[in-house]
Amino acid sequence: MTDTSQLALTSRAWLAPRQRANPGNVMIFHDASHRRQWFEQRLEPLMDRLYGTALRLTRNPDDAEDIVADAVVRAWSQLDKLRDPERFDAWLFHILTNTFISEWRRRQSRPQAAADFDTASPEALDADGFTLFQQLHQPFLLWWGSLEDQFFNILLQEELQEALDALPEPYRVAIVLVEVQGYTYEEVSGLLGIPLGTVRSRLSRARSLLQKRLWRQAREAGVAPDHTGKEGRQP
Amino acid sequence: MSKRDLSCEEVIERLFDYLDRELDHRQAADMERHLSRCRDCFTRAEFEKRLRARVAASGTVKAPPRLYRRIVNLLDRFDDDDPDMPH
Repeated sequence: MTDTSQLALTSRAWLAPRQRANPGNVMIFHDASHRRQWFEQRLEPLMDRLYGTALRLTRNPDDAEDIVADAVVRAWSQLDKLRDPERFDAWLFHILTNTFISEWRRRQSRPQAAADFDTASPEALDADGFTLFQQLHQPFLLWWGSLEDQFFNILLQEELQEALDALPEPYRVAIVLVEVQGYTYEEVSGLLGIPLGTVRSRLSRARSLLQKRLWRQAREAGVAPDHTGKEGRQP
Repeated sequence: MSKRDLSCEEVIERLFDYLDRELDHRQAADMERHLSRCRDCFTRAEFEKRLRARVAASGTVKAPPRLYRRIVNLLDRFDDDDPDMPH
């Protein structure tokens, strides 16, 4: 029997007062400790993903911890609003994202941080249209295996995290929301309060910049298409 | 709705929309049909998928144990301060 069915079948149901005012709610607990236990059981397995997502968004371990803690307390205080227990993970990550965005907006409103994020840096403009695949791909098979495979074999997660963290903030936030958290472009547009076209351009620039950085790292690590005659050849 | 044969240029142009699941059912089916027939575009799509999976994996990092302890303490304090919570 799943926890959800146990919740539905409980005879000695305990509802927080806020839940009593919200009769459509299916979240029913035996008592306060059952409610807390239910919450912690779901929270614990999500901790690494919550922290990792917050760290990618903020780049700063202390800020990431603050945002996760703040989001979890918000979720706990609003648990009565969760209609579908099966959606707990998505609901909690949505609260985490909103917590980050609130803090981000607050910081952006500071004068020194009020940069025009949609004016691309020279580096971003330079990377526009760059694709790692074009640098690595060999139209013919090599006896030692493909450079794409070689690239993925040497790509360490730490290096990828560094490359992501090095992205300008608006680009990094866009790519994390879409590729790490799985939001749609429309959802990102709503969350960040920016037009859909801006979401697309930020994502496109984020990917080009990220791939250019990874290409640089790959070349430094010795992955270079010396045999292709393409741009990027090592001396 | 009729099927449409996409060119390689169109497939590459829409590749990230496809990987981000931004295409509708018919557009996604057109992409998949092309990718099942074109080795070059398939190879490119697989490369971007692998890279995307690595980016997604970067969102999981071992949380410091002190963070969970901090959260438990915060929840305890929240419950202590909540007049609705039976003690």
